[in-house]
Amino acid sequence: MTEKSRTVSLTKRGFNFDTFMWAFVRLSALAMYLCAFIGLGGALIMGARTQMNLADIMRWMFMPNPNHVLNTNIPDIAPWTTVFWKIMGSAIVLFATSHGLYGLLSVLEDYLTEPRLRRAMRILFVLLTAVMMAIGVYIMWTS
Amino acid sequence: MGLKRNVGLVTGLRYQGKGPMLTFVLHRIGGLGIVIFVATHILASFLGGPAGVFVNTIYQHWAFQIVVFFCALFHAINGLRIVILDLWPKLIEHQREAIWMEWGIFFPIYTIAVIVILRTALGG
Repeated sequence: MTEKSRTVSLTKRGFNFDTFMWAFVRLSALAMYLCAFIGLGGALIMGARTQMNLADIMRWMFMPNPNHVLNTNIPDIAPWTTVFWKIMGSAIVLFATSHGLYGLLSVLEDYLTEPRLRRAMRILFVLLTAVMMAIGVYIMWTS
Repeated sequence: MGLKRNVGLVTGLRYQGKGPMLTFVLHRIGGLGIVIFVATHILASFLGGPAGVFVNTIYQHWAFQIVVFFCALFHAINGLRIVILDLWPKLIEHQREAIWMEWGIFFPIYTIAVIVILRTALGG
């Protein structure tokens, strides 16, 4: 017996905000993995020979902000504060904010089903995402 | 008109979804944990001052680090499983094996990290 395809073509399903975000959540997860591995490579190249500890490498992978290695026993902070790492950090901020706040929105929408409340939450989600992105990127470029 | 639900919260909690359900619940808890942690961390370093310093002392505590690292690592590894199974839907028939593999990756990394955090924190 041949199995029937369970997928629905995009034109039949329609392409709306939630379909876009479904794909975006998965692709931004992969993008954050990429950023973390670039961070891991950078941390090993710049700090492995100075007995950098695992916790600080993890912290740097999670977010390549120079404040995350300030207390580490590294001789020179300069290579950790370059524009490259600021761009990487900003990329993680943008991906993580939209990914995380959309996750928060979908958890809330699983329990709060009142349509007007949902519309309010969605507007709040867009505003909050924009504000948190601005704050995060501002910190990246001024710290 | 809101969505009609025919399952209440108590019935929902009694659902025995076993392994996959456990990953679903932990994924949500981990995700919410990261959102709360990262949001307050960003706001603390943005606002600074005594409140920021106070929040940062909590974040540097080993117990907090163990919890946050559980959230982040589990969410990352389980998220990778979801991404792989969603982008290659044919693999969904191996989802039980994928969940076992996920725990097999999670436990060694988490155990090593917890040992390192505790040794650093408790002056080892």
